[in-house]
Amino acid sequence: MADMHAHSVRFVRETMLPQAEPPTTERGIVKWMRENLFSTIPNGILTLAALWCIWWLISSVLPWFANGIWDAPSIRACREILEGQVGGCFAVLTERWNQLLFGFQYPSELYWRPSLAFLLLFIAIAPVLFRKRFPAQMLVFTAIYPFLAYWLTWGGSILVPVFAALGFVAGYMVYSRLVAQSFAMGFFGGILAALVFWWVIGIVPTEGIIALEPVASRNLGGFMLNLILGTVCVSLSIPFGIALALGRQSDMPAIKWICIIFIEFVRGVPLITLLFVANVVLAYFLPPGTNFDLILRVIIMITMFASAYIAEVIRGGLAALPKGQYEAGDSLGLDYAQSMRLIILPQALKISIPGIVNVAVGLFKDTTLVSIISMFDLVGMIRGPILASTEWNGVYWELLGFAALLFFVVCFGISKYSQWLEQELSTDRR
Amino acid sequence: MTNTALETPSVTPGQMQVSDEVAISIENMNKWFGSFHVLRDIDLTVYRGERIVIAGPSGSGKSTLIRCINALEEHQKGRIEVDGTVLSSDIKNIDAIRSEVGMVFQHFNLFPHLTILENCTLAPIWVRKTPKREAEETAMHFLEKVKIPEQADKYPGQLSGGQQQRVAIARSLCMKPRIMLFDEPTSALDPEMIKEVLDTMVELAEEGMTMLCVTHEMGFARQVANRVIFMDQGQIVEQNEPEEFFNNPQNERTKLFLSQILGH
Repeated sequence: MADMHAHSVRFVRETMLPQAEPPTTERGIVKWMRENLFSTIPNGILTLAALWCIWWLISSVLPWFANGIWDAPSIRACREILEGQVGGCFAVLTERWNQLLFGFQYPSELYWRPSLAFLLLFIAIAPVLFRKRFPAQMLVFTAIYPFLAYWLTWGGSILVPVFAALGFVAGYMVYSRLVAQSFAMGFFGGILAALVFWWVIGIVPTEGIIALEPVASRNLGGFMLNLILGTVCVSLSIPFGIALALGRQSDMPAIKWICIIFIEFVRGVPLITLLFVANVVLAYFLPPGTNFDLILRVIIMITMFASAYIAEVIRGGLAALPKGQYEAGDSLGLDYAQSMRLIILPQALKISIPGIVNVAVGLFKDTTLVSIISMFDLVGMIRGPILASTEWNGVYWELLGFAALLFFVVCFGISKYSQWLEQELSTDRR
Repeated sequence: MTNTALETPSVTPGQMQVSDEVAISIENMNKWFGSFHVLRDIDLTVYRGERIVIAGPSGSGKSTLIRCINALEEHQKGRIEVDGTVLSSDIKNIDAIRSEVGMVFQHFNLFPHLTILENCTLAPIWVRKTPKREAEETAMHFLEKVKIPEQADKYPGQLSGGQQQRVAIARSLCMKPRIMLFDEPTSALDPEMIKEVLDTMVELAEEGMTMLCVTHEMGFARQVANRVIFMDQGQIVEQNEPEEFFNNPQNERTKLFLSQILGH
């Protein structure tokens, strides 16, 4: 200022200034922290408190993981190795790995069979879950898969699942013949044809023909049992749920009331009571000597339970559709089945995806309830044979944490898939 | 299929032919919503090639009337004969009539989960059992007719209201209907878009389609209708040729209605 005349406005720049860094408080991490973590004093205090919590959690859990023992014959051996240090006894997972996955009675030389069925499951569901990414011909394998998986898991003659599949084919053929006359005739005719086929074919001896070593249902267990119950019940309860939801909207009073009573009754009863019914009470109603497979009974009960819930979710989706969609379908001359399949259900199901996924995830976790009727699923295995054994009595955290992790992986996967599907199906983007 | 008329060059309204062949005959038809008598003793004969505009105050039963023709509403008394088929409660009979009668709705009612092309080919493929290729060619033909072939692969949500309504018209035409019903096709549209839809309808009328339109577009009625029907309280109050109807209404209720809609 001193060399400048007070009133002079003349100015000529002689050197250009290089670009300078902003002050440290306005740069990168510091700026970010100032804005997001310490913008006010209370926020600063909360940040410090949160940091302390995170530190406390990590510092207490990390050594537990880091010192974890992965190889020891028993919990006592674990404790000896740890010598009083904090540490998880993960050896129980490695030592009882097969039991956790397959139960304790599945013959160990046959583990490859359910494992193969599990791997094939991915091939079978891929064309269903990602319809546009896989060729439609793969759906043939999807149709065969349930019978193949049954054969692999339970063993026995291949004729049993083949006959079962042929029964469905026979039913479908009769259905497609009769459906032109009326849907009801086709539907009941198809069911009757399948039943007659199974009844007649039941005479054929199947013993030992292309047979795998049979495994009884009571010998199935571990996470395999949860997966079987979960996939079977979810895939059955969606079509049943759709049928119930449509039935509840039906103009025919008999069908409508049957569906309403079924849905309201099943929804009003705890799943665990249905499972007890499956386990104990059903035996009283069945003629003595009939051996009605326990897993089949449980599947029926869980499917009933889940389909009632799914029916209500889908009913919400149906109700959300404007009446104009039904009228547009009608006015083009589409019949009931066509307008449901091509217009109403694709839209209603899309709206219902979050609700259906909610039920599916819940159902999958509820399969652990079978441990209460003394089936040895993953939780049943942990609570029963493993924790009760002298070697591993007291290893709660590791075992239940592992169970939680397995269920989390599957359920999180389902949830992510449903989010992707909603994106994929959305047509209102511009 | 008589809609080969659609391919014939357009004619001026004066030349438009109305044949003696009866397309729709309604005799003594009554309908109730609960205890509300919404349609009372309707008698109406529509000849092939006729363009009828139905007007009237809201709640007068005009939409219900045309919805009865393709059995979207059930009538309780009287007789409706469409294209020689008497409407009964037999579902096959109803589906047959519906596939011959096109309908365009106030709110378009396009299928939002299907592309424009799929909207147009759905019914031909599933109801008429047309091969997919052929159905797509027909659909493109009618989409060109309504001047939006370039939108064929978009979804309805991506189109403007006027475009959606033109797709809805094309979708109906793809079934090659002998009769078209329009239920207030322009009531949900912006003024700018009304014109593009009306132009499409005018073109259709010039090609000789039998049309029943519930609409408040009196300009359209003057231009293409050969009969205007005025309804009030579930009854046909007056019907006449457009010139006579607008210039020389007879019934007091008609006069009041016309003075209200034309007076501003």
